[in-house]
Amino acid sequence: MARKTSAASTDPAPRNDAISALFRAYSSNTSDRLKFIDAFLVFLILSGVIQFAYCVLVTNFPFNAFLAGFSSNVGQFVLTASLRSQVNPENKTEFKEVSPERAFADFVLGSIVLHFFVYNFLG
Amino acid sequence: MPTAYPLPTNVSPATVANTASLLRIVAFGLISAAAIASRLFAVINFESIIHEFDPWFNYRATRVLAAKGFYEFWNWFDPTAWYPLGRVVGGTIYPGLMATSGVIYNFLHYFNLPVDIRNICVLLAPGFSALTAWATYMFTAELKDPSAGLLAAAFIGIVPGYISRSVAGSYDNEAIAIFLLMFTFYCWIKALKLGSAFFGTLAAVFYFYMVAAWGGYAFITNMIPVHALVLLLMGRFSGRLYVAYSSWFRFVGFQPVRTSEHMGALGVFGLLQIVAFASLVRSHVSSKQFQNLLAISVVTMGVLGAGAFVVMTYKGWIAPWTGRFYSLWDTGYAKKYIPIIASVSEHQPTAWPSFFMDLQMLIFLFPAGVVMCFRDLRDEHVFVIIYAVVASYFAGVMVRLMLTLTPVVCVSAAVAFSTLLDTYIDPTEPEATTTEAPTAAPTTTTTTATATPDSKKIKKAVAAAQAGNSASSIASSTFNDIVSATTRKGKSSKSKGIWGADARLAVLLNAIGMLAFFVFHCTWVTSNAYSSPSVVLASTNSDGSQHIIDDYREAYYWLRQNTPQDAVVMSWWDYGYQIAGMADRPTLVDNNTWNNTHIATVGKAMSSPEEIAYPILRKHDVDYVLIIFGGLLGYSGDDINKFLWMVRIAQGVWPDEIQEPNYFTPTGEYRVDDRASDAMKNSLMYKMSYYRFAELYGNQNAVDRVRNQAIPKVGPTLDYLDEAFTSENWIVRIYQVRKEDPLGRDLKSANAFEQGKKKKRSKPVSKRRVIVN
Repeated sequence: MARKTSAASTDPAPRNDAISALFRAYSSNTSDRLKFIDAFLVFLILSGVIQFAYCVLVTNFPFNAFLAGFSSNVGQFVLTASLRSQVNPENKTEFKEVSPERAFADFVLGSIVLHFFVYNFLG
Repeated sequence: MPTAYPLPTNVSPATVANTASLLRIVAFGLISAAAIASRLFAVINFESIIHEFDPWFNYRATRVLAAKGFYEFWNWFDPTAWYPLGRVVGGTIYPGLMATSGVIYNFLHYFNLPVDIRNICVLLAPGFSALTAWATYMFTAELKDPSAGLLAAAFIGIVPGYISRSVAGSYDNEAIAIFLLMFTFYCWIKALKLGSAFFGTLAAVFYFYMVAAWGGYAFITNMIPVHALVLLLMGRFSGRLYVAYSSWFRFVGFQPVRTSEHMGALGVFGLLQIVAFASLVRSHVSSKQFQNLLAISVVTMGVLGAGAFVVMTYKGWIAPWTGRFYSLWDTGYAKKYIPIIASVSEHQPTAWPSFFMDLQMLIFLFPAGVVMCFRDLRDEHVFVIIYAVVASYFAGVMVRLMLTLTPVVCVSAAVAFSTLLDTYIDPTEPEATTTEAPTAAPTTTTTTATATPDSKKIKKAVAAAQAGNSASSIASSTFNDIVSATTRKGKSSKSKGIWGADARLAVLLNAIGMLAFFVFHCTWVTSNAYSSPSVVLASTNSDGSQHIIDDYREAYYWLRQNTPQDAVVMSWWDYGYQIAGMADRPTLVDNNTWNNTHIATVGKAMSSPEEIAYPILRKHDVDYVLIIFGGLLGYSGDDINKFLWMVRIAQGVWPDEIQEPNYFTPTGEYRVDDRASDAMKNSLMYKMSYYRFAELYGNQNAVDRVRNQAIPKVGPTLDYLDEAFTSENWIVRIYQVRKEDPLGRDLKSANAFEQGKKKKRSKPVSKRRVIVN
């Protein structure tokens, strides 16, 4: 993703500084569970990028198959990101009525529905 | 605290809660009963049949589904529609409606309740209207409180704007779509409020159902992103918004990714990802400079994304808007380029009286409710405001979209009305202490001033008084705020409110009177305007008894029983579905107007002289031509009145053969009498309509009762067609196309020969000459 380049593209001077500060703050302030979720997110991004590159470079012939694979990546990514923001202790005030367990159950339900549709769409 | 009327004090909170929920259940049962009962006028007055045109196809498809199962239905190729071409039904419809009634059918049969599929189709819309009332209740309860929800449910249960599309027998997609619309919106609001992925998923599932049920799903596809975007711009981004939107959006990703209607959703999705990431980074690093950088990069990426979208549209990677959607923005577009869209009466702009007719007092309360949403601006109120603005615009452009406006009108009118009731039923009186007496005096006068004119206005204009009332309650309170802020410097801000029971009573009686009038209006409109089956025409005799005109079914059943199974019937596209449904014969064109050229072919055949039309008919294997003629009875929706649209549509494809001005008199009038133009008099449609019409009147003048014009004594003759059937009141006329003459003459001269007209001398002369040679 274009996250780091976008943050720094406008002003190259404090780039190293800012990125290392960000990295340090991230690794020290984030709990292991969230890091685990983040690792999964990175994997999803990589998988999506590879599929997209294949589609662009080689062929998009079974277009619905590409769409199914790519959307399952995107969908799973946003579901996991939702889970991440729901279980993040810093966001406790925002999600008053969603406990982490409830968030996980929602995540499971959402993923099952998502994969049902993806599998159907693959056809 | 002083109260305006005594309250019982020895009631436990549990009793109050139980009674309230019991009352709610009872009220809800009554609302459902009223919603269902008010839609049954047509079934009780006439019979349990399908109305209108489109529902006949839905009914036919549902029958296939019920008889053959879902897989057969999904792969159904219908060779009888669009005769030479056929139609792939499974891929060209919204199957949600048929699937729903198929499920209900199987469910009832499982419990040994063998209900005919026709009755399920007829009664589906009233059943779903009760569910709509429930969904509206839930939606409004999220906005304000359950009492406003009950009001909204009661409104939408009987409001004519929704009844018009959901009476018993109107088996159309809208019947279930409004319920799905309201429920999807409810799930979305709930997901946004709680930040729950569960409700987001639920919204997505119901959105999917909606996609399968109605073409208007694009409305949801764009409403939710616009709401999310506005929330973003207002600086109200939160994790809840992210969760709700993302878990909803996953499904839109499967939609056709290349149409412009869906790009808004995609763009907002991308933007939301960026903003979410930015806010995540911001929570880790709190440097001011970094925030600025982020803000700038977010904006540039947004601009870049929009630019990329524009470029992709121009390069043709994304299909531009379809004509139907485009005509919503450029209102003159359809009339200029696609006459077939403009020819449908539902696609015309709405007139003011129809707003009042469909919504009565709600239309006055609607703006007040929107204003109240502004006063208490939570996330879901933003949604209602956007919905109100967008739907009002669309309903102004197209009569048909009044349907999407109705729910939001009910919701916001209920919010306004229940705020009014809350204010005037609330028993607490403001505390008027002696020191604040001077301030209390002006406030009382303002309140009574707002109350007394209302009671006077009752007789004059109840509706206007009501709107003024709720508005004036806001106005008076803000006015009081200003007065107290300026004169007493905020010292006496608590002395607002209503003193005494009389002021309350005056307003409340007024309000109840309004509600009663609303009920009478709705019942009257429903029974008089929206409950006629259109297949059966009803007229009233001079003694008040009802006379039923059943020409349509008479003619369709004649076709069904007296023609071969594979006889192709040509008619204008309006009647395609009915012919297929009731007469069970192949048709050339039908109401699913996917092939404009084919329709133009029929238009050309109808508007050309016989000699030109005949080869067209023969080429398409047409056996029968069916037209609707209302000249004898004064039935105005006949084919002569639709004729100009046929000419226009044909002209769009063959501009050098068919020209609209030819069908007018030199002075530019559209006439059917002696002064009609030659092109008009020679057209197949004119000849078929008025064939033998003059004979009907004997020696008197034949008068067309729709056009109010005298028809020439010597009626048109037909050489290429035979009259096969004319219904009792001459509404439906069916002509049979003659086969080619066995002797190879053209049919015109053959006909002339048979009628004993002498041919010109040329033939014998030539024979003699041959002999001489």
